[in-house]
Amino acid sequence: MAALRSSSRLFASARPLFRPAAFARSYATVESSAQDPNPSDQPRIKKFQVYRWNPDKPAEKPQMQTYSLDLNKTGPMMLDALIRIKNEMDPTLTFRRSCREGICGSCAMNIDGTNTLACLCRIPTDTTKESRIYPLPHMYVVKDLVPDLTQFYKQYKSIKPYLQRDTPTEDGLEYRQSPEERKKLDGLYECILCACCSTSCPSYWWNSEEYLGPAILLQSYRWLADSRDERTAERKAALDNSMSVYRCHTILNCTRTCPKGLNPALAIAEIKKMMAAH
Amino acid sequence: MARLSGLQREVLSLYRKCLREIRKKPSDSRENFRSYTRKEFEKHRTLNKKDFNAIEYLLRKGHRQFEMYSSPGIRNIR
Repeated sequence: MAALRSSSRLFASARPLFRPAAFARSYATVESSAQDPNPSDQPRIKKFQVYRWNPDKPAEKPQMQTYSLDLNKTGPMMLDALIRIKNEMDPTLTFRRSCREGICGSCAMNIDGTNTLACLCRIPTDTTKESRIYPLPHMYVVKDLVPDLTQFYKQYKSIKPYLQRDTPTEDGLEYRQSPEERKKLDGLYECILCACCSTSCPSYWWNSEEYLGPAILLQSYRWLADSRDERTAERKAALDNSMSVYRCHTILNCTRTCPKGLNPALAIAEIKKMMAAH
Repeated sequence: MARLSGLQREVLSLYRKCLREIRKKPSDSRENFRSYTRKEFEKHRTLNKKDFNAIEYLLRKGHRQFEMYSSPGIRNIR
């Protein structure tokens, strides 16, 4: 399990998750041009192609709409660009966002072919290429970039993601863990359930009804690995069928795409190991 | 009546499900529920029957609405 932890750290540090401190955080508004680092530069016009679909007109086909933004006046992240488009160009554009720092998982979408969080994804500075933004693949679309995650949350509920325990502690205080036991949860508890990994998994695309998908299995393992939980056997029994876990064919798209640098594939492998042992 | 496609049958079965559910509502509000259901289906009567994506979307939406309105807490609709 130490491997899981260290590899997640490695990923996190290798990716440009955080902006350098030299840039002041500014929201995507016109005022931000005042803090523009290179005001004398030519305007850097970048085109964004955004998936649009309006549920109020179901007979109309989904289409890509192109927006052009000057990158000098936009924040560095994709979410900044989207917010700016919504504020200044097209208020009908719909997407989920909340924390703008990669902790809520609301703004998960498919950007230039990769599932990621818009708030953690830098806008590619190459202005000759246009960026293409789609909702998470193989999910029903509610509107524009908003996917319907009902099934995903139902599956999350089905694994009982809470501590199940009957025996109280000796002193009636909190359930204690040794540092080693706590370490097993590193690389698991950080998951924010953004659904990037599950929706990048071909196996989940074809079997989303029954296969739980990497995100839910990572959470499942988080409770299997918890030293305080007393229903490990029942949890394992619930997973013991051909669909729930064993539709994972170690494609590893989940690990490659995870915007938090976690390793769902390793967690699934650990589940398989536990199941084989019992 | 001509043989119905699978999708058409799904639409009809959703409609029948709604009508059946309405019987569980208080008797004085049933007419409101009935006219609301009817209106929701009528809204898309003109939809091209080959437009599978739109019909499937509306079916999903219909099922969602059905689940919401069938909660016993909802006693009337205007």
